[in-house]
Amino acid sequence: MKFDLITDLYVFMLAAFIGFEVIRRISPLLHTPLMSLTNALDAIAVVGAILLTGRHESPLSVVLGTIAIVAATSNVVGGFLITDRMLKMFKTSRPQKP
Amino acid sequence: MTQISTQTIIEITYLIATALFILALKWMSNPARARHGVWAGELGMLLAICGTLLNSGIVDYKWIAIALVLGSIIGVPLGMVHMTAVPQRTALSHCFGALCVTLVGASEFYLRTPEVPRFTMGVLSMEVILGSLTFTGSLMAAGKLQELLPQRPITYKGQNFVNLSLLAVSIGVAVFLVIHPDRAAFFPVILGVPLVLGVMMIIPIGGADMPTVISLLNSYAGLSAAAMGFVLDSKLLIIAGALDGASGFILSVNMSKAMNRSFTNVIFGAFGQEQKHVAAGAEERTVRSASAEEAAQILGAASKVMIVPGYGMAVAQAQHKVRELYDALTKKGVDVRFGIHPVAGRMPGHMNVLLAEADIPYDKLMDLDEANPEFPQTDVALVIGANDVTNPAARTDAGSPIYGMPILDVDKAHTVMVVKRGMSPGFAGIDNPLYYLDRTLMLFGDAKAFVGAIVRELAGGGGHG
Repeated sequence: MKFDLITDLYVFMLAAFIGFEVIRRISPLLHTPLMSLTNALDAIAVVGAILLTGRHESPLSVVLGTIAIVAATSNVVGGFLITDRMLKMFKTSRPQKP
Repeated sequence: MTQISTQTIIEITYLIATALFILALKWMSNPARARHGVWAGELGMLLAICGTLLNSGIVDYKWIAIALVLGSIIGVPLGMVHMTAVPQRTALSHCFGALCVTLVGASEFYLRTPEVPRFTMGVLSMEVILGSLTFTGSLMAAGKLQELLPQRPITYKGQNFVNLSLLAVSIGVAVFLVIHPDRAAFFPVILGVPLVLGVMMIIPIGGADMPTVISLLNSYAGLSAAAMGFVLDSKLLIIAGALDGASGFILSVNMSKAMNRSFTNVIFGAFGQEQKHVAAGAEERTVRSASAEEAAQILGAASKVMIVPGYGMAVAQAQHKVRELYDALTKKGVDVRFGIHPVAGRMPGHMNVLLAEADIPYDKLMDLDEANPEFPQTDVALVIGANDVTNPAARTDAGSPIYGMPILDVDKAHTVMVVKRGMSPGFAGIDNPLYYLDRTLMLFGDAKAFVGAIVRELAGGGGHG
């Protein structure tokens, strides 16, 4: 238990550093799609909700878990969908005017 | 034996998903490859969900299946909203993310109590506090952005005291629960009080502060998911939450830098209230206005034009007319660029998305640092629906509330044209000396209609048809 905690803290710290370094390089041009993408990725919390609902430990946990899955899944689907729609719109200028 | 190997398979899917998530963000740094990032994210998500479904602890799939289907059905319309609705959609998705985290946190507490280890109780409290705070806060932000709630900041005496007290109560009870994890009766406090705090925190936030606040809520949502990862001992969740938290944090820092304000100032010092600023000389100063015809002549004769869009362009839905203007001028050989301030609009990158939607190539969109050195060589700076981000008082007038805020130096262009409905001051109620400069021409009217009129003049006047 204690070991897991320390490992988890290391993981968190390293992930935060990677996050800073990777995201710093993203141009302001794409900050809106960045936010919707991280939102979709963040909805990985659905994993915890699925386990909670599936374990079927109490009626309350099933109800809350089900709502949680619905909320997170709508973020996954909606988040990826809108990010892709936005990114599809970004085009460079090419001399192809009719 | 099979038990172990299934567990290993699950862990491997999580590992691959984590790598794909990091790649997804890495690919976002290049607009040409950014869509690969979305695909990597989707694949990672699919793998992680499938891996989770293999878990031997799951005894009942019925509700999971129903919820996954229902969530997908709700998700599709949320993914298909109009581009102008993206800020409120984003706020709403922070709200959903936080809801998921909070509900799971609360359930985990009630399933584990009274034997919750202290550390778990600590992160669980963090998860629940941040989660419920973000839930109502984002809901309020979405309501303001959708204009269901008044956009003006609402302030009252002792507001900061109330908010800080609510925060102190939540943290105090959380600490108490860490010491006495068996006192389950106190748990609703760390659920309920932050719910109220979320509402109270957003009440004094005005439209111009939305980019910062939305980024901050983004960061909170990420951190609460990371806390949930600690509770469940899931490295995948910790990493995804940390990435999201870092992203939201970087964006909030960028936004508050772009407004020359600190976080605390954004949260605790509602903008636009203390400015009783009497513009004594304002009435005597004259402004020069011009018609669409004159504007078209000047623009047509220019060789370099910088368009500066703001929230007003989004409100008037003028981006497609702006695109027509861009086409008409480009056809005449005018070099047209766009100067975009980080806090133009209601969320980070808002203007870029709207202009990209109108098919304006992204290599013509310049950020603050790229655009500013260009203004002295620019013939015409055309400001459409932006105000405070072009206010030269930020550079020169130490008494101005926005003094020190980095602005787009449109006043350094040879001619400045400002499309504006009337002479009413901007969001913050600050007078803009830009409008009284000799080189400034005011184009009074609705952004969409006026830009449309300029386009017609350009087509009719210089077409040689």
